[in-house]
Amino acid sequence: MNPIKKLFDNIHPYIEEGGKFHAFRSLVDGFETFAFVPNTTSRVGSVNIHDAIDSKRIMSLVVIALIPALLFGMYNVGYQNALATGHLADATFWSMFCYGFLAVLPKIIVSYAVGLGIEFTVAQWKNEEIQEGYLVSGIIIPMIVPVTCPLWMLAIAVAFSVILAKEIFGGTGMNIFNPALITRAFLFFSYPSAMTGDATVWVAQDTIFGLGYQATDAYTAATPLGEAAQAGFAGFAPETIQNAVTGLIPGCIGETSVIAIALGGLLLLWTGIASWKTMLSVFVGGAATGYLMQVLGLTHIQWYEQLVIGGFAFGAVFMATDPVTSCRTECGKYIYGLLIGFIAVLVRVLNPGYPEGMMLAILLMNLFASLIDYCFVQRNINMRAKRATVK
Amino acid sequence: MAKVIKLRKGLDINLKGKAAKETASIGCPGEYALIPDDFCGLKPKVVVKEGDAVKAGDALFVDKLHPEVKFVSPVSGTVSLVERGDRRKLLSVRVQPDGKQEARQFDVKGDVKSLLLESGLFGFFRQRPYDVVANPEDAPKAIFVSAFNSMPLSQDFEYVLSGQEADFQAGITALSKLAKVYLGISARQTNAALTGAKDCEVNVFDGPAPAGNVGVQINHVSPVNKGEVVWTLGAEEVIFVGRLMNSGKVDLTRTVALAGSEVSAPKYYKMLVGQKLTTLIEGNVKVDGSRIINGNVMTGVKTCAEGFLGAHATEVNVIPEGDHADEMLGWIMPRFNTFSTHRSYFSWLFGKKKEYVLDARIKGGERHMIMSGEYDKVFPMDIYAGYLVKAIISGDIDRQEALGIYEVAPEDFAIAEFVDSSKLELQRIVREGLDILRKENA
Repeated sequence: MNPIKKLFDNIHPYIEEGGKFHAFRSLVDGFETFAFVPNTTSRVGSVNIHDAIDSKRIMSLVVIALIPALLFGMYNVGYQNALATGHLADATFWSMFCYGFLAVLPKIIVSYAVGLGIEFTVAQWKNEEIQEGYLVSGIIIPMIVPVTCPLWMLAIAVAFSVILAKEIFGGTGMNIFNPALITRAFLFFSYPSAMTGDATVWVAQDTIFGLGYQATDAYTAATPLGEAAQAGFAGFAPETIQNAVTGLIPGCIGETSVIAIALGGLLLLWTGIASWKTMLSVFVGGAATGYLMQVLGLTHIQWYEQLVIGGFAFGAVFMATDPVTSCRTECGKYIYGLLIGFIAVLVRVLNPGYPEGMMLAILLMNLFASLIDYCFVQRNINMRAKRATVK
Repeated sequence: MAKVIKLRKGLDINLKGKAAKETASIGCPGEYALIPDDFCGLKPKVVVKEGDAVKAGDALFVDKLHPEVKFVSPVSGTVSLVERGDRRKLLSVRVQPDGKQEARQFDVKGDVKSLLLESGLFGFFRQRPYDVVANPEDAPKAIFVSAFNSMPLSQDFEYVLSGQEADFQAGITALSKLAKVYLGISARQTNAALTGAKDCEVNVFDGPAPAGNVGVQINHVSPVNKGEVVWTLGAEEVIFVGRLMNSGKVDLTRTVALAGSEVSAPKYYKMLVGQKLTTLIEGNVKVDGSRIINGNVMTGVKTCAEGFLGAHATEVNVIPEGDHADEMLGWIMPRFNTFSTHRSYFSWLFGKKKEYVLDARIKGGERHMIMSGEYDKVFPMDIYAGYLVKAIISGDIDRQEALGIYEVAPEDFAIAEFVDSSKLELQRIVREGLDILRKENA
């Protein structure tokens, strides 16, 4: 027998009901189901064979899809630091990457420790298995906050969203709003200065373990969207857009590089985890609205620029396609996506208060997803009712 | 020319161990058993005592609510055991055969329905809604027969039919006296007894599993609305009716497919309903670590070598149980030998011809419904399967009705349950939902 399996078998008596370490049942179960595919076989009255796919594999794949954007985000943190302090010429790739890695890692650890801690506790309390949903939220959250976001803020926001946006509804699969976006929204409205403020938040300005460079004065670096929101903006320079595609612009940690996001997006589309209908519709909706705004003379941002700057691409690929909070009917996915693209650009262009609209657009559409579904399901119900002879 | 109905949604699962087209005979084993649980929705009342002599076609138990619906002995012999479980629930009635196989002679001249009731063949009819034993007092709008089974490792009815065409046609003709008969055949079937069947409307279904499910066919031909009833009958059971019409005797002989990866030489066997599986299993099947399934791998129930052939079972499937597999790190390993519809595995790379050995593991933990549209891809009806399942889970009867629960049977969800990444027990959920709804509407 496999020694690890044997170890788990030996631990089992202690964590069962009445065992000494029963309080750690969910934790041990969680690790065991990751180490081994459960040997549970199907019961009488259900299908005897099953597809090998399960929610662990799906969630793990989403995490893998996020890795290019995360790694690039780490590099970009170092790059922006070097750029801001004027040391770009003498910084090496690895020094910049390691600096970014050290800046981002604590956020990942805090996000997972707080979020998974709550998940484990709830699973133990409800005597259920641990749900894997937070694996994805836990990595997305550090990617959609500015690098200077204090860890204590992050911890509070994560706890708020996991408890009030997810567990209160019954856990992964039952939530109405995307928990990662709720985390961001919580930070955005509770600590606005740390999230946008005077534009000092986007670039790390301190050294970490001797890596990176200390900024002498408070350095302000606006994101391209912040720049566009300022008076006198007359359109982006071509380098800005080029940098937005590669990702060398200030912004939230994981959202900057369109190329890295596209790599993850391709994996999600190929494996069918993300719906191409939603993803495509968000881009189409954003582009169409961007074009309309441009024609109406309301903005100097070109329609295609709308799609590559800010969090648009990241939101379209990783957040709008969340299967739980988006529309569940196939036709509904088109409408859901189009409206996200539309509202995101609308907020960007018409609302002077918020330079970025993606988060608000997705959260708003999360709310309306069930309504869109309702219309399509109701159509099916009406069709059936019409056919019936008895009421 | 029959109407061809093309179905795009569904999934063919290619499992190892399909039955070769040859029929072997097996010895006559000990007891036979008729099991009331095989007839869903039945409240049985025993009408024999231990020690009674019965002929093939004599009633063993009847429906308590409709005593005219009889369930008859497949063999002649002596009633050896009336087996009861908790709260005196009737588990089975066993008959020790006398080896003579005397059959009761029925008069086939009279009314077809009373003949079917008296001979016990009516007990094989099922009805939609609820997928339970049919009520003889109903006037069904139609009778549906599916002449093919599209599930993996299932019986090939066209092979079973050869040599029994006259009985099949006689059965269809008899059914047509009760209500309009719709026969659903597969696009691959060419037997003239199917394509040119008389006294019925033939519809051709072309598509992946579950196209052979009678529920899918009903949905495309004449959906069941609230207040309507249709009856369904298995294709081989139509042959039972035909035999009765042609010979006046009840002959419940089936050509059963013994199939699956754990069977040494998968092929067909002539068996009677209720026959003990021991002789079928011995020597043919690797018993240790296997799961013997009474019926199809997708819909049947786990049994053992001492079990009895189920009343509606057209095949016995044997697959590995897999409860000691101890497979490591399944969430990230490529797992080349496993089958999945999901592209994170590599079954898409090996084409549709590769045969897989799948064990009975669920391969994951049960979760809430996370992914959307998973069921709809393999559910070829105009029903939102996911929404219907949610309505059943939440016990909202009005919504279940509105979403079309009257049209479905648990077996229609078998493929959806297979592909479900949240590992919900859809067939069980639907069965329980139908039972509750039936009680509410009674």
